[in-house]
Amino acid sequence: MLTLAGIAIIAIGFVAGFNPLLVVTVAAVVTGLAAGLSLHEVISALGKAFNDNRYVSMVWLVLPVIGLLERAGLQDRARALINRLANTTTGSLLIAYFFLRQMAAALGLTSLGGQAQMVRPLIAPMAEAASEARFGPLPDPVRHQIRAQAAAADNIALFFGEDIFIAMASILLIRGFLAGNGIEVEPFALSVWAIPTAVVALLVHGVRLWRLDRQLARMMQGINS
Amino acid sequence: MITLSYVYLLGGALFTAVAILSGLDPSNPKRARTTVFWGLMALSLLLGDRISDFGNGLIVLAMAILAGTGGLGKGTLTPVAEAERQAFRQDRGARIGNWLLAPALIVPTTALTGTLLLKDLMVGGVHLVDPKQATLIAMAFGVLLALALALPLIRTTPLVPLQEARRLFDTVGWSAILPQALAALGAVFALAGVGKVIGDLTATYIPAHSPLAAAALYCCGMAGFTILMGNAFAAFPIMTAGIGLPLVVMQFGADPAVVCAIGMLSGFCGTLMTPMAANFNLVPAALLELPDRYSVIRAQIPTALILLAANIALMTLFAFKV
Repeated sequence: MLTLAGIAIIAIGFVAGFNPLLVVTVAAVVTGLAAGLSLHEVISALGKAFNDNRYVSMVWLVLPVIGLLERAGLQDRARALINRLANTTTGSLLIAYFFLRQMAAALGLTSLGGQAQMVRPLIAPMAEAASEARFGPLPDPVRHQIRAQAAAADNIALFFGEDIFIAMASILLIRGFLAGNGIEVEPFALSVWAIPTAVVALLVHGVRLWRLDRQLARMMQGINS
Repeated sequence: MITLSYVYLLGGALFTAVAILSGLDPSNPKRARTTVFWGLMALSLLLGDRISDFGNGLIVLAMAILAGTGGLGKGTLTPVAEAERQAFRQDRGARIGNWLLAPALIVPTTALTGTLLLKDLMVGGVHLVDPKQATLIAMAFGVLLALALALPLIRTTPLVPLQEARRLFDTVGWSAILPQALAALGAVFALAGVGKVIGDLTATYIPAHSPLAAAALYCCGMAGFTILMGNAFAAFPIMTAGIGLPLVVMQFGADPAVVCAIGMLSGFCGTLMTPMAANFNLVPAALLELPDRYSVIRAQIPTALILLAANIALMTLFAFKV
């Protein structure tokens, strides 16, 4: 039971608003100590795991490219592109992006898209520009709501698209786990059962994005009145 | 063979530049701390395999303490610099037009084609790149390619992308390494057997007497445990061994393929709702400069809850043989 102390620290730490990086590190140390490791062993285990997972941070290699292009006005270009397409609303733009992102992920093309590569430099500015064209200058709460929705669309489309592709890590994990328990399943038998949820995700989030335009209009009214 | 160690060298070079440029930024009120933080990250990338596990552990502790006590600083622009940037944007915008979008698309397309082509490319009997890491290696190559094309297109010096990266890292701050720290925490959890304890507790204390109740218990367990662990992959083996196989499949006779496929997707619903999945939920909030760290999660919760309910319904409808 003591091994759960780390989870308690995380729950309390996040709710109390302590720095997440510190909370996570303390939780790791406490969990290791509770499991009977010495302090030296715990720090070593944490260090080894951190070193083994360096690839996770390599997504940041893209920042010099994004920064350079933003300096030269990439976000302005993205906005200008949207302004030429009259009748594009924030909701319809995000629905289109959601659909494309989900389809690409279902074909295994998960690297098309992403928060640093696509959402910050292109999708979020386009989504903001679509609303600016309709409402004029946007107050901060509206702008922030649009950005959060752009990030959410990327995540949801990715999660509920990628499992349809048979070579995805999660499908391989399920197969491996079941094989370890003496149950053989074909990858296709798993991926086909990702399709119903994917369709529901498209419908549910599509409706939410379609209603987003009205929600934004209400926010604008509330702020202007 | 090109392996990830080359990518880490590139990453180490980037973080070294960020550390130096932060140190040279007089507008950053905490530039010493900021320099040390990114310098430690560079050290981990450049020398992580040579220093001991304990040394790497001390790096993590030092970074966590820097972030947790006072945090990192952030540079600001003077009005003059702001005006210069505006002028630069307008000038380049007028000159380059929509061609500016091309380098932005090079990184994802190179990552994609690289994954497809490089994986099986053999030179002299060995793989040219490590097949397991083809996507990351191709992405790193794409970054270099995009810079090589964008610098002459924009007509500026190589210092500019590094300086702009430093500005973006000022925005993202310590949360840039949170995903990696969480992955490390997951490894320590696994070492300590945290998952098994939770799986046993759930299976022992929560009863389920019908297929619907069993499906709901497993799906909610997957989502809930993913919220705690931040990763559906970590939750899956534990919840499926604790509830999915013994209860849903064995006791109620469900099809394991349907149960596992939909169970995993229920875990993804949890991923959408947890700050523990920092790379999907907290990092974008920092990247998009949102004042509320949790605003992306807030935007996702309604969809996640509806999809969780849909998963329970789908499992109940399709998994149980009649």
